[in-house]
Amino acid sequence: MGLFAVSALVMLAFVYWSTIGYMSSQTDSTIEAEIKGLADTYRRGGLQSLTGLVNERMRNDPDRNMLYLFATPDYKPLGGNLPAWPEAIPAGEGWVNFPFSHNDTESTARGRIFGVSGNLRLLVAMDIAGLQATESLLMKAYLWGMALALVLALVGGALMSASVTRRIEAINQASREIMNGRLHQRMPLKGTHDEFDQLASNLNDMLEQIDLLVESVRHVADGVAHDLRTPLTRLRSKLERLSIGPGLDASARQELDRCIDEADGLLQTFSALLRIARIEAGRHEASVVEVDLLELAADACELYQASAEDQGVTLSYEGSRIILNGDRDLLFQALINLIDNALKYAGTGEVKLQVGKDQRSIFLSVTDQGPGLSEEDRQRVTGRFFRGADSAKVSGSGLGLSLVQAVAGMHGARLELENVNPGLRISMRFLSDAEPG
Amino acid sequence: MRILVIEDDATVADYIVSGLAESGHTVDHADDGREGLMMATTEEYDAIVADRMLPGVDGLTIVRTLRASDNHTPILVLSALGEVDDRVKGLKAGADDYLAKPFAFSELLARLDALLRRGQHESVQVTRLQVMDLEMDLLSRVVSRSGQSIDLQPREFRLLEYLMRHAGQVVTRTMLLEAVWDYHFDPQTNVIDVHISRLRSKIDKEFEQTLLHTVRGAGYRLGERPQTA
Repeated sequence: MGLFAVSALVMLAFVYWSTIGYMSSQTDSTIEAEIKGLADTYRRGGLQSLTGLVNERMRNDPDRNMLYLFATPDYKPLGGNLPAWPEAIPAGEGWVNFPFSHNDTESTARGRIFGVSGNLRLLVAMDIAGLQATESLLMKAYLWGMALALVLALVGGALMSASVTRRIEAINQASREIMNGRLHQRMPLKGTHDEFDQLASNLNDMLEQIDLLVESVRHVADGVAHDLRTPLTRLRSKLERLSIGPGLDASARQELDRCIDEADGLLQTFSALLRIARIEAGRHEASVVEVDLLELAADACELYQASAEDQGVTLSYEGSRIILNGDRDLLFQALINLIDNALKYAGTGEVKLQVGKDQRSIFLSVTDQGPGLSEEDRQRVTGRFFRGADSAKVSGSGLGLSLVQAVAGMHGARLELENVNPGLRISMRFLSDAEPG
Repeated sequence: MRILVIEDDATVADYIVSGLAESGHTVDHADDGREGLMMATTEEYDAIVADRMLPGVDGLTIVRTLRASDNHTPILVLSALGEVDDRVKGLKAGADDYLAKPFAFSELLARLDALLRRGQHESVQVTRLQVMDLEMDLLSRVVSRSGQSIDLQPREFRLLEYLMRHAGQVVTRTMLLEAVWDYHFDPQTNVIDVHISRLRSKIDKEFEQTLLHTVRGAGYRLGERPQTA
């Protein structure tokens, strides 16, 4: 916008200066030519011819476009169509501008002094009132043009940037919705086939492609988990019946029980995977009710109190009553997973649940006093099957936080991990009031 | 007890039918929804186990149809979908309980037992529960064993109450979580066991005969020591 205005100004200035320049140089060269002609005449015919020529010129020019004045060395006018030698003219030769009056109108002339022999001087000048009028007209036009260009630039720029901002904002809005899990949302198209439309339509094609890939990955994962679940169930039931059945000694039965435990572990992992996939895909039909987060924290605390005490961990909760719409069982499951992780990885000290609302959002957090997580691990920790660096001694499928993440996403919440030295705090921040679904 | 099993997967059906038969039940089997619905409406059953996804008529439709025709046979719906929302849908349709596949047979049996007994004493309003020498007064909320009073936390009281109401039956961890804590999910950890062991230390520790038993791979049972399984 500014650029547009500046270039308009520069262009107008150029037109102005070149026009004015051209016109004054026209004037100057006319005078030069005249002086040259007069000088030639003088050289050939002497003073007599010069005076004759000047007189003839003056006769042919009743409008007095050209001005002539002979003068003595002390500037007494001897003849010509100027009443008196202009005051401001310096001695010697050179260009001068001077005012003069003609038919009672003030005007300006530009001329040159030409020395004739015997110390006579001849002033040859030209009325430049026309030139000046043109100049001031041009100046006026220039100023007006400048003002107009500025206004146009400002208004046009504002309109243009408003429209650009609007369209970028529309794309931003759509992106945010997509990031919030509404993967089927697309960029808005205006149908104008301009660059923005092209950008939007390219983005849409890209999203379509991503959608297709995600969908196929999900299909595979879902399919694998689902298809393996049934045979695993059969395997488990056969093992179970074998172990209940007669004719087994104690050690064989023990082995069978271990096999059943293994099968159970596998089935649980598959179930957890399927459940996460379903929640993430938004296919989980949430049973949304009003949930009191503080009550949830209190219940979770109560449920885990005994386990925590056995580990020598102090488990407590604090906060204020916060009601939000959500899936009570899933939120509870998420909270349980967080507590479970805190107990598993922190091991000692205190685990604190906090429910509240600050300037940023409603939050539900679990803070432990364990070793915390490295920056890198904090990024990766919600990925499927991620397990902490020295997790060999800790049981679990590595799906706990993935589920928490999925549940958070479904509730329009963001999962935040921060080291609080010592310890780790994981918070679910309910940023939007969006209904899960 | 006479039980109808409506399940189209032959292996799962076989698993349930033979398991139930071994536990002393009389079992009929239908392998599609239409046939199952027909059998359920024409015969008398003590309980019905219906898969949710069935060829012909699906499980929830069977439940709705039976309830609409004033048939209150306890129904347990099985589902391969196995998600909380399905559970809610199943219960809303009028099913009495809901079990996600894959399930341990012991879980199915425990839940079915609970349904069958509930059908029997549903109308009786009890104020006292007794299992051997363990007594619970539901009005004064006093628990005692052999006349010796036992001090319980409110949650422990509810836990014991549930176990006593289902005395002699196997009660699974998820059943406890649902009944005592009112949350529906698979705990996947030993969190319930810790509560049970606390309760056990209060009611069993000073007594020769233990009442609260762990049933391997299934859950818990309150009552006399079981005959070796």
